[in-house]
Amino acid sequence: MDELYFFLEVLIGGLLSGTMYSLVALGFVLIYKASGIFNFAQGTMVLFAALTFVGVLELGAPALLAAVITLAVMVVLAFAVERLVFRHMVNQPQVILFMATIGLAYFLEGLGQTVWGTEVHVLDLGIPDRGLWLGPILVSQFDLVAAAVVAGLVGALGVFFRTTTMGRALRGVADDHQAALSIGIPLHHVWVAVWSVAGFVALVAGLVWGSKLGVQFSISLVALKAIPVMIIGGFTSIPGAIVGGLIVGASEKLAEVYLGPFVGGGLENWFPYMLAMLVLMVRPEGIFGEKIIERV
Amino acid sequence: MFYRETGQYKTTYAADRAIFPIRQDRVAFAVLLLVAFVAIPLLANEYWLRSVLTPVLVFSLAAIGLNILTGYTGQLSLGTAAFMAVGAFAAYNLEVRVPEVPFLVSFVVAGLAAAGVGILFGLPSLRIKGFYLAVATLAAQFFIEWLFTHVGWFTNYSTSGVITAPPMTLLGFSFESAESRYLLTLCIVVVMAVMAKNMVRSELGRAWMAVRDMDIAAEAIGINLMKTKLTAFAVSSFYCGVAGALWAYVYLGTVEPQAFDVLRSFEILFMVIIGGLGSILGSFLGAAFIVLLPIFIANASGIFGDALSAETIAHLEFVIFGGLIIVFLVVEPRGLARLWQIVKEKLRLWPFPY
Repeated sequence: MDELYFFLEVLIGGLLSGTMYSLVALGFVLIYKASGIFNFAQGTMVLFAALTFVGVLELGAPALLAAVITLAVMVVLAFAVERLVFRHMVNQPQVILFMATIGLAYFLEGLGQTVWGTEVHVLDLGIPDRGLWLGPILVSQFDLVAAAVVAGLVGALGVFFRTTTMGRALRGVADDHQAALSIGIPLHHVWVAVWSVAGFVALVAGLVWGSKLGVQFSISLVALKAIPVMIIGGFTSIPGAIVGGLIVGASEKLAEVYLGPFVGGGLENWFPYMLAMLVLMVRPEGIFGEKIIERV
Repeated sequence: MFYRETGQYKTTYAADRAIFPIRQDRVAFAVLLLVAFVAIPLLANEYWLRSVLTPVLVFSLAAIGLNILTGYTGQLSLGTAAFMAVGAFAAYNLEVRVPEVPFLVSFVVAGLAAAGVGILFGLPSLRIKGFYLAVATLAAQFFIEWLFTHVGWFTNYSTSGVITAPPMTLLGFSFESAESRYLLTLCIVVVMAVMAKNMVRSELGRAWMAVRDMDIAAEAIGINLMKTKLTAFAVSSFYCGVAGALWAYVYLGTVEPQAFDVLRSFEILFMVIIGGLGSILGSFLGAAFIVLLPIFIANASGIFGDALSAETIAHLEFVIFGGLIIVFLVVEPRGLARLWQIVKEKLRLWPFPY
């Protein structure tokens, strides 16, 4: 019986930590849906947002003001990225756009650390980080709060996409750029908007990750794991990002606990990528992705 | 005035297929080789040979490898450093276990081992493409790094996980001095670069480019996709493997798996982008640019005195790298090699352009 409880404990812990991957993957999906850009810099945006937030906080601003300022910075960033980079790169192959976002990732990483320094910043949002006994199973309270934040964010984004004008415009652009342009949706504004929303998601992810791991460089590497999450879930699907995150979180924890001892541990570093590769072999478009149709 | 092909007639098919069809190019290339083989070893000091020129050459080789895969065949790879690691560790293990093997043979084995691993991780490319494939190569990157860190056999159970390359001797001559190591690297790199240049001009290279431009259309005109993609992975990884072995043996001497992390992969990708996708010359230009830029920044920041700490400079480097990548992709997606081509075209009309 104890073994079953232990299994459940690992599984639940994995699922909950998987929601944090979902949070980063959500930002990827938003931008990919609206512009077809695979934004490699999303992970760095998480780090950048967290660094900015902590930096402003340490200057003595209250948390709410710091959040507003950081959000403003992310919106300015969205404007700059659209104006200076992607406006000039229309009609380029997707792979070139992808490489440009790698450049952007480097740029942001350097900028964030030049301005705010490299030391690990402690971020305490007052989320309790204690174990919680649910019957015989130990669950991290922090992970529960994080999962709740993700659920709330997904709900809010769902409402935003379904009911607001901007949300509908975003969905229109995602479906078909040309059709959206022809009925008068301003493409450039929509892109700025979607990068801003992705910036907001990055801020939330940065706060959650930052208060768990400390705000430091390694966040952007951990956030790289959102890529297999998207691959598994499908590039164009928000539910896919959530489900992918849960699968990755649960499977890497289970692999670490049950396979790790045989091979010396550290499986977490590569297991999600291998899993994603296997999924790709079977279903190249991911679980929830749209079918890829190609013609000459 | 001086750079034009007027009066140079091609009378044989061989002349028509020459790598450098214009005489001035041939002369310039011969001079360049002369400088690289004779003048530099005589004139350059130890620091330049050991810490600048040798890494430039090694990185050029890795960049040629990645360029074959990404620039010519269009298969994006983020796992270059992993294939380099395979090369380095394969050469090391062969030397440790069979000490009689000459080191040049172990370099070839390093390349072959990397090629094998490359084919293995290239298999997904038959079903997936674009940045989906990038994830498969990321899997290679993280898995191989983990393998060399966690499985003791590969590092010969060294407690620190660091491997030390055995000394290199050939026919009684020991490659110890900076000059000899530089010349050894130069020889290998020049031979392999010429081979690569010829490969991309041959049937194989043209098949690669057809797959890059549109793989479905390439298949429709009778190109075997599986063969083409897998040879690209194999050849590319072979180059990266040899580069990795050179990196461990000739440049550093001691190396740890962490030297081949994902950031190294990005660095080589940047070399290829800045140098020019789909250009052998570009691989050299890009490698030189990326190696020299930090040195240049470090020297330039000396002007500001001690106002900038070493840490800040390291971060500014990131900013400048990232910014440059974006600028290049926006302004000149075909990189330094394309700029060089433009210069040559202008030079043909100089000083009387019409």
